[in-house]
Amino acid sequence: MTDTPSDPRASAPGAGSGPASGRVANRVAGRDLASLIACPHCDAVYRAVQPAPRARAVCARCHKVLIAPHRQAGQRLIAVALAVVVLIGAATLTPFLRVEAGGMSNATSVLGAALAFSARPMLMALALAVAALIVFVPVLRALLILYVLTPIVLDRPPARHARAAFRLSEALRPWSMAEVFAIGCAVALVKISDLAQVEFGPAFWMFSALVILIVVQDTFMCRYSVWTSLEK
Amino acid sequence: MDVSGEVKSARDMGLVACTRCTRVWPAGTRSCARCGQRLHPRAPLSLQRVWAWWSLGLIAYVPANIYPMLETRTLVSTQDNTIVGGAVEIARHGSWGIAAVILTASVLIPIGKFLAVAGLALSVAHGSRVSRARRQQLYEVVEYIGRWSMIDVFVVAILSALVQLGAVVSISPGPASLFFAVSVIATMLSAQSFDSRLLWDGPDPSPASRSRLA
Repeated sequence: MTDTPSDPRASAPGAGSGPASGRVANRVAGRDLASLIACPHCDAVYRAVQPAPRARAVCARCHKVLIAPHRQAGQRLIAVALAVVVLIGAATLTPFLRVEAGGMSNATSVLGAALAFSARPMLMALALAVAALIVFVPVLRALLILYVLTPIVLDRPPARHARAAFRLSEALRPWSMAEVFAIGCAVALVKISDLAQVEFGPAFWMFSALVILIVVQDTFMCRYSVWTSLEK
Repeated sequence: MDVSGEVKSARDMGLVACTRCTRVWPAGTRSCARCGQRLHPRAPLSLQRVWAWWSLGLIAYVPANIYPMLETRTLVSTQDNTIVGGAVEIARHGSWGIAAVILTASVLIPIGKFLAVAGLALSVAHGSRVSRARRQQLYEVVEYIGRWSMIDVFVVAILSALVQLGAVVSISPGPASLFFAVSVIATMLSAQSFDSRLLWDGPDPSPASRSRLA
């Protein structure tokens, strides 16, 4: 959309100064480094210019999205984080799926699924890991985001240890797998549909909603905007 | 980002970049004053860590395929299914689509990831005829797909928690689920250890050598 090179978002600070890197460094060191931004993927440096809402600043050589602000992103992210906490909390405790075959029936909750591995002593560690990946890490991440963003949105000074909290939240991102679990449910259902009759509990629909919420969260989260707000 | 001149890396400019919050600091700065992240011009021992996690992932992937993933007990029989065995079983029942999905998710994608990470690490050490931008894309695909491989472990969890119907049928997890999870997590850590900035330090192959490849 606006990520074409013709869109003047930011310019390379060393532009036109030739390949002598030592000269460039000396020239830049005197300037305000705070106005520069480095692509975390390829180390390219640009002069950061805040793009218009809904527009994006993209790295010219590796196309990593560097800045992507959205109007009222803070409020939306807080709403999504609250919804994630409520949904996972409720989905963890209420029945999630129920099967019936040959006159026997059985229901399980999300936590029950995680703890299925604990039946074997050898798989105890796996039970804890799965419970962490699908319940505890997603909830912790949502709580950290609430803790960091609420003061920013209310125009208050950042919360104590907000930087460490946001850093932890970012580090946990790959390990928050609630949405992977939701897709896993779909696969499991296909596998047992010919073996037994399946009923969906309320928690199943909650986890389906979660997949959409997590996509929304990734769309509205502009890390650059959060870090610059925490700097003030 | 509009670039009127040549793109310069932070290291070439005598700076060190924070990979967490994108702030730049003078070279030699220990930690980022904005976000607290430790700063390194390039992640130390990046390739060694990649190879260490990669090896653990590959080693764990072997028992993940030898041992059963699921143990199904019915009134008349007990059946142990490995990953590939389970897919073959489903295919024999006529569900070719599902069998293909399972084989893709648990065999093709893990092996593809091992090859891709190894290829990227070798390309940093020995150069490559593939363009840097293309290798960066490959890296991002590997990083994105990594966590989705856990789907197999979750399916085993759901099945064995749900299908507990006394004598009629019951499913319990097999030891392969642990090895598969270890393999997925080690591969994710291997990909995370890779500092993609290393890809951009090397020269881009000239267009001439790339067209020879094609």
